[in-house]
Amino acid sequence: MNPIETKKAYQEYVDKKSPNSPILKNCFNAFWVGGLICTIGQIIMNICKERGFDQTLSGTIVSIILIGISAFLTGLNLFNKIGKFAGAGSLIPITGFANSIVSPAMEYKSEGYVMGVGGKMFTVAGPVLVFGISASIIVGIVYLIFNTQNMTLV
Amino acid sequence: MEKVGKQTIKFNNPPSILECASIVGPKESQGPLAKYFDQTLDDEFWGEKTWEKAESKIIKETVNTVISKSGVPSEQIDCCFAGDLLNQCISSSFGLRELNVPFFGVFGACSTFVESMSLSAICCETFAENVLCATSSHFCSAEKQFRFPLELGNQRPPSAQWTVTGSGAAIITKSGTGPYITHITPGKIVDMGIKDANNMGAAMAPAFVDTIISHFLDTGRNPSYYDAIISGDLGHIGKEIAIDIAKTQGYNIKSIYNDCGVLIFDKNAQDTHSGGSGCACCGTVFSGYLFKQLKEKKIKKLLLIATGALMNSTSSQQGESIPGIAHAISIEL
Amino acid sequence: MDINWANVFDWMSLLKCFVVGGIICIIGQILIDKTKLTPARILVIFVTTGAILGGLGIYKYLVEFAGAGATVPLTGFGYNLAKGAIEGVKETGLIGAFTGGVKAAAGGIAAAVFFGYIASLISKPKMKKQ
Repeated sequence: MNPIETKKAYQEYVDKKSPNSPILKNCFNAFWVGGLICTIGQIIMNICKERGFDQTLSGTIVSIILIGISAFLTGLNLFNKIGKFAGAGSLIPITGFANSIVSPAMEYKSEGYVMGVGGKMFTVAGPVLVFGISASIIVGIVYLIFNTQNMTLV
Repeated sequence: MEKVGKQTIKFNNPPSILECASIVGPKESQGPLAKYFDQTLDDEFWGEKTWEKAESKIIKETVNTVISKSGVPSEQIDCCFAGDLLNQCISSSFGLRELNVPFFGVFGACSTFVESMSLSAICCETFAENVLCATSSHFCSAEKQFRFPLELGNQRPPSAQWTVTGSGAAIITKSGTGPYITHITPGKIVDMGIKDANNMGAAMAPAFVDTIISHFLDTGRNPSYYDAIISGDLGHIGKEIAIDIAKTQGYNIKSIYNDCGVLIFDKNAQDTHSGGSGCACCGTVFSGYLFKQLKEKKIKKLLLIATGALMNSTSSQQGESIPGIAHAISIEL
Repeated sequence: MDINWANVFDWMSLLKCFVVGGIICIIGQILIDKTKLTPARILVIFVTTGAILGGLGIYKYLVEFAGAGATVPLTGFGYNLAKGAIEGVKETGLIGAFTGGVKAAAGGIAAAVFFGYIASLISKPKMKKQ
């Protein structure tokens, strides 16, 4: 068989030839690192609750602390090593969101603080805010429509 | 100079490669070829503020090194061809702006080194006495432009390649004592529809095979004519694919074939996944390692084929596939 | 104020949090390895999924079950945005749909921007040694 006869045949041949990611190992690392980050969040949240903060405020404090830790580790050039090891385990928790804002900010520092840091800060995380906020507004509007018809979803 | 076959140029008075120089970054300095390079750096910034400035400094110093090694003063260099991966080739034009030599900026992605050497050889055959060619690339500036910020905690897939930090430069001269550039086979653009920018080797391998077969058909040679066939930066995966496809086309190159991206790093110890890539991959491996092998007569007939992926981040985002290119140059003693 | 450390280290709730958080990350890892999506796309998928599941009222059960195991992953960020928007609608109607979400997530967004700026002031990216 000639693999370069058609583009489709070549793509299939290349897929067969290219090594797969070590998915089991990656998933295991993602599981325990991701779980650990969430557990740290839960401990912080429990401490906040013990101190008398309500659920919402505790959640915000957890986010801010985890984002702070992630930004600090990114600044120390350590987060990419954690990310390389843990993959989605550090990407999916809020730490990954923070890293995706901090890393371009550092990267584009060489283009100045206004257009470099300020302008490029959201090159990776911008879509998250665009889609997250848009989705929340749609959810709000849908809720408004259904709620006026006395149908409650939540 | 005459055209033979469909796309090969044969030199009647073959120009010589007079001298080569190479400077590489910290990762390459720990690789298996470290001892062959003229200078190895421990710091990817090399005292500069930005990676782009560092890359310009690397190509500038490499050119200064090759000029001083060759003993040809820069006034006697008739023109130079240089290129790199950054937008509008800023590393080479900024790095060489104080050189005072007529300058042609060239872009052939990672195939730029052989493209520059081919054009230099054509100049030597026509009007020029000495022509300079140089290329550079830098891991950090390439990641910044083509992929993600350095500090982003992402995983590189096993097919990803590692852009070589460094620069290679060569001086081609009209009347030298070899190694001689006897043939060049400029490649056609070949696109087999690969879209994965993390699998460049697979995207470029068909172009490599297209060029190598054209070269053999045009010159009437076959793989056994050469002591070594070296590709630019197909990496481990691309190398396997290239051997496979060439075999289905009736050319068995396995025993004498290798790849600069495979040679420059130790895959297991350095975690570079599929191997090296970038303009400097072929540039530094040829200028450092292969040129010395030719000089010491360990390789007498070399077919150097630099491969390039002609894409940028915009084309990837727009869902375009990756066109590949490969230029071949036959170097003989 | 005294802290009851037995409540802080409630092993059962921490275990639930660990397992659920870990499983959400495994889903992300499978997406990365199997689909070749870029990190930005993965994050977008998670935040949008979280917002939709939050809007449908499904995600809150997961939050009740796993706590931070459901709120710390980015799906929780989406859930938080959606929950805020719904609460905003309850308070101020249509305007609330626009203000509620961002208000609820304001702490996290502001912190990320601020810390990002600070990090860029004091630190420089370095090459991965590995």
